Amino acid sequence: MAHAYTPGLRVTERATVRKERRLPIAGQVLVEVGAKVQAHDVVARAELPGDVATVNVVNLLDITPAELGQHMLKREGDRVERDEPIAEKHAFIRWLGKTVARSPVAGTIESVSSITGQVLVRTAPRPVELTAYLDGTVVEVLEREGVVVETHGAFVQGIFGVGGETCGEVAVVVDRPDATIGPGTLTDALKGKVVVAGSLVTSEVYERASAIGVAALVCGGFHDRDLRRLLGYDLGVAVTGHEDIRPILIITEGFGPMPIADATFALLKAHAGRRASANGATQIRAGVLRPEIIIPTPQAADAEAKSDIVAVGLTPGSRVRIIREPGFGRIGVVTSLPPGTVRIETESLVRVAEVKFPDGTTATVPRANLEAIES
Amino acid sequence: MLETRISPGLLDVIVATDCGSTTTKAILIEKRPEGYRQTFRGEAPTTVEAPFEDVTRGVLNAFAELEELSGRRILDGERIIYPARGNVGVDLYVSTSSAGGGLQMVVAGVVKQMTAESAQRAALGAGAIVMDVLASNDQRQPHEKIELIRRLRPDMVLLSGGTDGGTITHVVELAEFLAAANPRPRLGRNYKLPVIYAGNRDARQAVAERLGAKTELHITDNLRPVLERENLGPARTEIHELFLKHVMAQAPGYDKLMSWVGAPIMPTPAAVGAIMLTIAQHQGINLIGVDIGGATTDVFSVFGGTFNRTVSANLGMSYSISNVLAEAGLPNILRWVPFDIDETDLRDRIKNKMIRPTTVPQLLVELKVEQAIAREALRLAFEQHKALAVGLKGVQRERTISESFDETPSGGTIVDMRRLDLLVGSGGVLSHAPRRSQAAMMLIDAFQPEGVTRLAVDSIFMMPHLGVLAQVHEEAAMEVFVQDCLIALGTCVAMVNQGKAGTPAFDYELEAGGGVRRGSLAVGELRLEPLAVGQSAKLTATPARGIDLGLGKGHRLEATVHGGVVGVILDARGRPIVVPEKGRAETVNRWAQALNAYPR
Repeated sequence: MAHAYTPGLRVTERATVRKERRLPIAGQVLVEVGAKVQAHDVVARAELPGDVATVNVVNLLDITPAELGQHMLKREGDRVERDEPIAEKHAFIRWLGKTVARSPVAGTIESVSSITGQVLVRTAPRPVELTAYLDGTVVEVLEREGVVVETHGAFVQGIFGVGGETCGEVAVVVDRPDATIGPGTLTDALKGKVVVAGSLVTSEVYERASAIGVAALVCGGFHDRDLRRLLGYDLGVAVTGHEDIRPILIITEGFGPMPIADATFALLKAHAGRRASANGATQIRAGVLRPEIIIPTPQAADAEAKSDIVAVGLTPGSRVRIIREPGFGRIGVVTSLPPGTVRIETESLVRVAEVKFPDGTTATVPRANLEAIES
Repeated sequence: MLETRISPGLLDVIVATDCGSTTTKAILIEKRPEGYRQTFRGEAPTTVEAPFEDVTRGVLNAFAELEELSGRRILDGERIIYPARGNVGVDLYVSTSSAGGGLQMVVAGVVKQMTAESAQRAALGAGAIVMDVLASNDQRQPHEKIELIRRLRPDMVLLSGGTDGGTITHVVELAEFLAAANPRPRLGRNYKLPVIYAGNRDARQAVAERLGAKTELHITDNLRPVLERENLGPARTEIHELFLKHVMAQAPGYDKLMSWVGAPIMPTPAAVGAIMLTIAQHQGINLIGVDIGGATTDVFSVFGGTFNRTVSANLGMSYSISNVLAEAGLPNILRWVPFDIDETDLRDRIKNKMIRPTTVPQLLVELKVEQAIAREALRLAFEQHKALAVGLKGVQRERTISESFDETPSGGTIVDMRRLDLLVGSGGVLSHAPRRSQAAMMLIDAFQPEGVTRLAVDSIFMMPHLGVLAQVHEEAAMEVFVQDCLIALGTCVAMVNQGKAGTPAFDYELEAGGGVRRGSLAVGELRLEPLAVGQSAKLTATPARGIDLGLGKGHRLEATVHGGVVGVILDARGRPIVVPEKGRAETVNRWAQALNAYPR
């Protein structure tokens, strides 16, 4: 294929970021176009249908489904309280009393089936609120469904994350992108912050951050064995974001110790102290979704032109990162793209690129193992 | 059968595409004096996702590469040129698709092991990924079932249950749960979820009353009209038609693609199943096929004319590679790795492949690790297949005296490795293995064929194309399959029981081309005898006492074996293959060397 390489992760100082905020079902939008919103502001609200409880009335009353109608005390659409009788059957001899079927929940009778003898009771709707996620401006209202919020600022994509949306002030606790920290580096002052923590976060560091109440941990690498410990299971497929964890975790490079890319580190450091929105949600299959850190900055408002970088094929001069061994993480410049295929160590015939590194060394790398650096 | 618009007699030039989740692969098939041949192929990234959101962009790009390589003009702008004249145009365009996650279904039946299992087979055979199987007796509480239906957002639901004339209560109850969940389809917000009802015909009205208004309900023949018989055809046809009418119509660009093709678009796995069934029927053989992709692994089998397909939705070599680790466990992967490796390092390597799924192994050690993982992905997918490819359960039948001694219960798997004639592998890790002997070893280690079994790989994964073509022009599809699709690896001859390592296993004679080669194998040994593609040889193998080559302990085996790019593989490792914990790396290395699988 002509474009056998991985488009890079976006790391940019100035971007216009638009986020579609959509309710899971139709509801009410609370803001108008042009409204200035903060990340925590509620912008839309809906009511999710309640849970359904089933009552097998025919079994409880020892009747046939066809007889159900004559024993029901409630009809479809009627409201019921928890433990309220919904059907009853008098004993053949009246003074022996009656058998009663009660609703296990408070709600509304949804259906009464004369075939199965089941009665379905639906509980009250559950309210769901949608926040703006970003500090920004509402630029579009999706009628009854949500809004589009726009902001201007720095935008950093990671390679993999765990946990959902959060926001907090950016704090950088390392001097260099390849530094590592121990749990003692983290202080209580980091509570609620988005903490940039170097090339590797260990389980011990994560646990300390969790105890403090850090909002997000950003690091170059993380060990899979620690991820397993953190989640309590082996993550099988890279679809994340629903985990109820704090802090959320955003890995910028990959698994194992890996320095944060210079550009990413420099950008985050430059914005230390600013408020960021971050999301660990990752989905690598069908519609790639990468974790992100968005740092709104007023001066980035003219970023429109730079925000839509379209990936083009590799060309000589392209800055690239190697994303597989040998040389995983090394950054260099493409010097040539030899036509045809080349036999590599595995004996596979692949298309390659010649890459030159800052120390003057060169390597022949399969194009599939290169990531373009778009910044 | 869906209607086609083409007369097979007039087809000299055919172009076919398979729109996969990552790559759109196009092949050109041309009529030559010796018959239909696959001549050129081109590929391009699939463009269902943003920013393109139009599947036809990828198709046009793949066509452009075909044009460049073949010199044939296929397109006039963005229009396919019909018919073929000289070096311009084509006579037919057909396509399959698994883009956008394929066809995702939920199936439901009354009894898990009976109608629900039949429904699962119907959906899988139609090319679907089954997200969940609901049954009245699946141990889940009603509210859990309702919540599950609501949470999963399938493309389609297949509801079955009850035999015709039997009780309707349970299947109506399932319909009530479905109605209460009021599920929404995965794609598109403004259409109702298609639901196929293929259960007890007496419940049709009651089901329609409950689901008619809330879903796009289609009623078809009961897929289990009596306990003793499955009738999966009508449900599969309905699934296929709804796939085109609803699911495909919602996917970006498919309306345009559907207007281009000369025969209905098929889900990729359904097309692969179609060609496998055609081959098994034409050649009168039992076969197993496997397609291991980045996200999923499909296994197909035809035994005694019965077709089965399973898809292991989360076993694959890139997106799902980490799930292979999760399901197989580290020790099972490590047993195939021919060197010592640190657990933390191996785990990180696997996760790095998951998050950057398009990378390729550059180092030999990484290739060996990937091929170790592939063995486990294949093994697990095959285990799942055997569990579903079973006889009908709940059926009373008379057993012969010999069956009474057999431990196979009613409803046991119909996959019988001793009756297997051909094992076909496809998917990148098998088709693109740098040495074909690596593909042969992965297939043997994962499937563990017994007795005499031919092995092959799909050269460039053109089975989907040939499957959809077979719906229009079976002859062309068959000719290309025989000539160009399969690469014969050779034949595996394996003992089927176990013996003491190092003791004699069997002596053999291989008569080919006027010469005879003789040898002896000890238990635990693997040997390769070269035999070229197109050649055959007479094999006589005499087992040692207690050793079984598939005909019973001590019984001599005489068979015609076929050559291939690898040759005849004599396997005395026994079944199941046991990799010793002590000296694991040396043992696995010795096996690899016997087949000259890796450079030294």
